Amino acid sequence: MQQRRILDEFTVNHELLRGNLATPKWWLPTVLGLLVVVLFGFTLMGIMFNRGLGVTGLSRPVYWGLFITTFVFWVGISHAGIMISAILRLTQAEWRRPVTRAAELLTVFSLLTALFFPLIHAGRPWRIFYWITPYDFARGIFPNARSPLVWDPFAIGTYLTGSTLFLYVALLPDLGVLRDRTTGWKRSFYTVASLGWRGNPRQWRLQTVAGILLSALMLPIFVSVHSIVSWDFAVTPAVEGWHSTVFAPYFVVGAVHSGVSAVVTMMALMRWLWGWDNYIRPEHFDALARLLIVVACAWLALTFAELIFGVYSLEAPERALREMQMFEWPWNLLFIIFFLTGFAIPVPLWFFKRVRNNIAMMFWTSILVNIGMWLERFLIIVPGLSRKQPFVFTWDSYQVSPLEWGLLLWSFAWVMMLMLLFSKFFPLIPLFETKESQVFTTDVQIGRVTMPAVIRELD
Amino acid sequence: MVTAAERVSSHKWGMVVDVDRCTGCQACVMACQAENNIPLSTEDIYRQKRTFAWIRVERYWYGDFPDVKARFIPIMCQHCENAPCEPVCPVFATYHNTEGMNVQIYNRCVGTRYCANGCPYNVRFFNYWEPVWPVSLRNQLNPDVTVRSRGIMEKCSFCVQRIRRGVREAARDGHDLQDGDIGTACTDACPTNALVFGDYNDENSRVSIMAKDDRKYTLLDALNTDPNVLYLAQVDATGGAIGGHD
Repeated sequence: MQQRRILDEFTVNHELLRGNLATPKWWLPTVLGLLVVVLFGFTLMGIMFNRGLGVTGLSRPVYWGLFITTFVFWVGISHAGIMISAILRLTQAEWRRPVTRAAELLTVFSLLTALFFPLIHAGRPWRIFYWITPYDFARGIFPNARSPLVWDPFAIGTYLTGSTLFLYVALLPDLGVLRDRTTGWKRSFYTVASLGWRGNPRQWRLQTVAGILLSALMLPIFVSVHSIVSWDFAVTPAVEGWHSTVFAPYFVVGAVHSGVSAVVTMMALMRWLWGWDNYIRPEHFDALARLLIVVACAWLALTFAELIFGVYSLEAPERALREMQMFEWPWNLLFIIFFLTGFAIPVPLWFFKRVRNNIAMMFWTSILVNIGMWLERFLIIVPGLSRKQPFVFTWDSYQVSPLEWGLLLWSFAWVMMLMLLFSKFFPLIPLFETKESQVFTTDVQIGRVTMPAVIRELD
Repeated sequence: MVTAAERVSSHKWGMVVDVDRCTGCQACVMACQAENNIPLSTEDIYRQKRTFAWIRVERYWYGDFPDVKARFIPIMCQHCENAPCEPVCPVFATYHNTEGMNVQIYNRCVGTRYCANGCPYNVRFFNYWEPVWPVSLRNQLNPDVTVRSRGIMEKCSFCVQRIRRGVREAARDGHDLQDGDIGTACTDACPTNALVFGDYNDENSRVSIMAKDDRKYTLLDALNTDPNVLYLAQVDATGGAIGGHD
């Protein structure tokens, strides 16, 4: 572990509020650039609403394609927040502190993005309230509680509510700091938003208790959200490639794999954009890479299990499906890219300490993981539908249309734009967590070396 | 409020397909197209892989050259008693009625296409585009059948409009409904009587008698969907039945 600089509170405030109290030069052009892509994406959605889903490449029998893949992808990314802020908080992993807020933010914004996809991909999106709202609208019927598509809004809605509360509770002390350092309308805004935060012991106690309670409450969501997303597929007996009991744990572990990787990508970007070298240090990347090795190995085991469960029956359609997935052009190429980027390239690299402590390497390997994880969902959804049941007469494939690629691009621009807008008004690294961690850290002498030692937050 | 007793209908509609009689002439496909206002499967739609056919005749080749035989099997909505499409619909747009039919309610459908993924027989069709007919065909549309708009699912309805008309006319004329009074478009068009429609609750109906045949099988039996469409296996010249299609 590296020596770390002990920073005084003035420096912490000054450096971490760099993006809030002043605007970095690159900020406005970047946000405007992203805004162009975002508006372009909304235009594409408008075209789709206006002309119908015919403008996509979806066919019969491939009724779900890139949109549902991207939905699952972003729900997967959203597992970043819950992993970092709930699990690592409850297990008292000290190194989580600088990334908790950014991870939680990524959760909220990726969920907001994920939500778009099933909704815009409905045939009549103006009627989705009959589906997602548990209210009968004088039609005399409630949504069908047996349908996994009804479980989805509940799971994601709960997750989104919990994450937003979590984010807000952790933001309160920093909002107080911002209120004291701004003037004019900003001051009024932060005054209202900080809910009268004065930093007295009672408020701190309530804030800490709320944080721990929310972490504990969110733990079941950690398991439930992606399990429910996986059941969109797994409860469908007609599609051999989907109908598997291993799907729930398989999807959850895959989601953690992609989510934690996304946190690594984001940390590298934050360090690069705002120059927060004193806060996001190589040791954090090192710790995340170690975590990722474990997660990735569990994920590989489940991927293998899913494959074995599938081919073990030796049923003709299942064999045809796997043949398409792995050996038929262009799916074989996608499968190779999926395996290389999802596991074979990044994980062996992470075994080397030099790679784990190299921010550029961590940035690129974490991006590779997410390319692989997107392809994983694509390779499950599309070949599964293309090779459904033994009636070869109806087997067919799917060609992604340019409009769908455009909306995939939109989703990335949308998340980045929301993150950057947030970074303008709120600190991305929690000030109070950073200061707390400084207080908890003392230097101890071990032999000839002075090491920072951490006092645990409880007892 | 409908009581449980009233829910038990006197009819259980079903169809029996004698695969041995099917010549693959596609008359059923054309009749269904005309009866049910099915959007045209033009060349363009075919290239988009979005063709519509509530009933289709699948053709399979058996044997090695030169001893090759073509086998035909008409496949339409199986009106399963345990339909996999029904529980997955979030808005109850598809449900099972009391007469053994799996019905699609167009007004409720939001177009998630989940039912189509859930259907193992691939007999559900999605309106990717607003359907259009050339001017010459507009007067041909059947006024008894809803023209579906874009964004919703559709599928074989067992010609529910014909069933309702048959029941209504029998009540008007004051006689009991006889077997054969009601025919779907496909059964009426079938030149070899390979398709037979009727009421399983009527013990003397043709479908009830055919259902007792040794050649009887259902499609994808292993999925336990319990279809109301039964198939009678093809018999080879040597006398043996050629296995089911699952």
